[in-house]
Amino acid sequence: MSDFGPLKLHVPEPVGRPGDEPDFSYIDIPEAGSVRMPAVDADAKDMRDLAYTMIRVLDDNGEPVGDWAKYVDDEMAMKGLRDMLKVRAFDARMFMSQRQGKTSFYIQCTGEEAIACAHQMALEKGDMNFPTYRQQGLLISQDFPMVDMMCQIFSNEKDMLKGRQLPIMYTSKEYGFFSISGNLGTQYIQAVGWAMASAIKGDTKIASGWIGDGSTAESDFHASLVFASVYKAPVILNVVNNQWAISSFQGIAGGQQSTFASRGHGFGIPSLRVDGNDYFAVYAASRWAAERARRNLGPTLIEWVTYRAGGHSTSDDPSKYRPKGEAEAWPLGDPVERLKGYLVKKGLWSDERHEQMVAEIEQEVLDAAKEAESHGTLHSGPKPSTRDMFEGVFKEMPRHLREQRQKLGV
Amino acid sequence: MARMNMIEAIRNAIDLSMGQDDNVVVFGEDVGFFGGVFRCTEGLQAKYGKNRVFDAPINESGIIGAAIGMGAYGLRPVAEIQFADYVYPAIDQITSEAARLRYRSNGDFTSPLTIRMPCGGGIFGGQTHSQSPESLFTHVCGIKTVMPSNPYDAKGLLMAAIEDDDPVIFFEPKRLYNGPFDGHHDRPVVPWSKHPLGEVPEEAYKIELGKAAIRREGNDVTILAYGTMVFVAEAAAEETGIDAEVIDLRTLLPLDVDTIVESVKKTGRCVVVHEATRTSGFGAELAAEVQERCFHYLEAPVERVTGWDTPYPHAQEWEYFPGPARLGEALERAMEA
Repeated sequence: MSDFGPLKLHVPEPVGRPGDEPDFSYIDIPEAGSVRMPAVDADAKDMRDLAYTMIRVLDDNGEPVGDWAKYVDDEMAMKGLRDMLKVRAFDARMFMSQRQGKTSFYIQCTGEEAIACAHQMALEKGDMNFPTYRQQGLLISQDFPMVDMMCQIFSNEKDMLKGRQLPIMYTSKEYGFFSISGNLGTQYIQAVGWAMASAIKGDTKIASGWIGDGSTAESDFHASLVFASVYKAPVILNVVNNQWAISSFQGIAGGQQSTFASRGHGFGIPSLRVDGNDYFAVYAASRWAAERARRNLGPTLIEWVTYRAGGHSTSDDPSKYRPKGEAEAWPLGDPVERLKGYLVKKGLWSDERHEQMVAEIEQEVLDAAKEAESHGTLHSGPKPSTRDMFEGVFKEMPRHLREQRQKLGV
Repeated sequence: MARMNMIEAIRNAIDLSMGQDDNVVVFGEDVGFFGGVFRCTEGLQAKYGKNRVFDAPINESGIIGAAIGMGAYGLRPVAEIQFADYVYPAIDQITSEAARLRYRSNGDFTSPLTIRMPCGGGIFGGQTHSQSPESLFTHVCGIKTVMPSNPYDAKGLLMAAIEDDDPVIFFEPKRLYNGPFDGHHDRPVVPWSKHPLGEVPEEAYKIELGKAAIRREGNDVTILAYGTMVFVAEAAAEETGIDAEVIDLRTLLPLDVDTIVESVKKTGRCVVVHEATRTSGFGAELAAEVQERCFHYLEAPVERVTGWDTPYPHAQEWEYFPGPARLGEALERAMEA
């Protein structure tokens, strides 16, 4: 006989399932401007509070307020608006291309555009991102050719990856965008290693690693924090908390017990928690972390609080596991609308001009898609050569691969 | 020429590679100040500094993942996994990342890593200090797998591996670190200083990856071996009086098919020997290659002498380890067929 009752397994559940009303009361949202900005060389132990609150710049009236508003810049805001609209239009077009059977697969980042677009503004040429599949804004905000991205998505004759990779797994060393892998979390520790290499060589470049809330449960997340902390690697460790890992609510990744930013403090890594739908807050926090890294003060972990407004991918139907209308009810709003609100309030922008810009961008994306499609799509038109399938496994093709290629007769 | 055991030859190879190329960095658990649990990196931190030779946290996935990031930056990392038995946490990084990076990025990023790991049994290492997991790596597209059997090869192959632009898994049979071993555990160990392959040039040299070496010429039967089994094979040939040709594969992938085929066409018989477990072991690949390429020359079925399909035991070390007696029986069976 036990003095205690039977044990029970705790399995976290989201607050809402299909048929329920959206409920985000679990997220505490402090007033914009209420969170202080510490010195970049402040001790991790003196900023623990920043891992449990939320850095926000734009208030509900579209007014930038507080310490973190110091980098607000109208020219950047205009660029940010355009970049985010471009990402959104790109996503919409490629989503449709998948539905039309022109490609097998696509992943949108709807609602998360501010994070990648604004973060990239805080990096310099030569820095290296180690992205997941949901940071297309890192490329688009640098004006990486959309046609090239689309050719990869269509796996056509101009595909930069010769048809070897699933759509959206881009690569560009030149644009500081590391090759995307389907294996989650692996690139996070690679970012730390890249940053260590930069330090070993006495370089001035920094790395930026990316991971989602769900993948923080992967072992490589732990490895990354240990290595980043031990070697004080010049790396920014981004956690994009969009509340969902496919169908799993962030509580399944451990988000119910504490914030993801708080993970950093167990390793002595300064950690920030930031409104991921606030373009200015993303830029300011990224810039702060980048400066820490560049001054050899070590890594920073940043949790970007956002919401995955779309399905996980074109293979996913979110209506099967979460309430309808959650995206609209998301208390941090839409990053595009919020930045637009700021510009309109300042008299720099209007609904008419906005509509015109949206139309222009949609046309630009459509033109790019037409050009990309002229080089082929997954099931029609020109394709990468079959010979290319055997290339690049090794630097020089070994005998067994030459023999296999001959067997296929190519 | 100098006399070196395999540990000294490995250390010498790393030292010379570091001297030649500033981008070579060495790290792993206990490899820095302490110089490695097997002394393979002794003195290197003092010579090259903590920036280039350093201790790592106990996290194999972290070690390999960080090495991949360093490789992507442009360094040439030589990472150590303390025992091959502990590589499993890093399998995702090796298989999904290092092996595929060149392919999936169309050459935009590469992984010029060398991953050293002591392997093999015959040392009462029990389950987690004796394994030979080479077939887990030869099955992965995009990595090379190497296993030297002596100090001369260890140095030349390691220098070639470090310079190679593809990721290389470099297995070091720890049973051979201090001297050759033919499986006669009841006899005193002979040091490398008494073996011709313990003579190692002090200057830099490379042995091309993908080239086997014939250790003993013979006409009756071909033995395909690597690592410790090379010496077991030589002993079995001498003890049975069977005129076996012993091929030390040295590199498992890419495989030196020509040397194998030429030998089997001459002898008409083939016995494959490895310490690793039998089922789906590398011997299966070797037997299949020989069968496909030498079918009309074969006068007997290809035999496989391997570890049993069990975890590596402790007390039953010598019943598990494929020694010269077991190999000798297989040679006799091959000759009778």
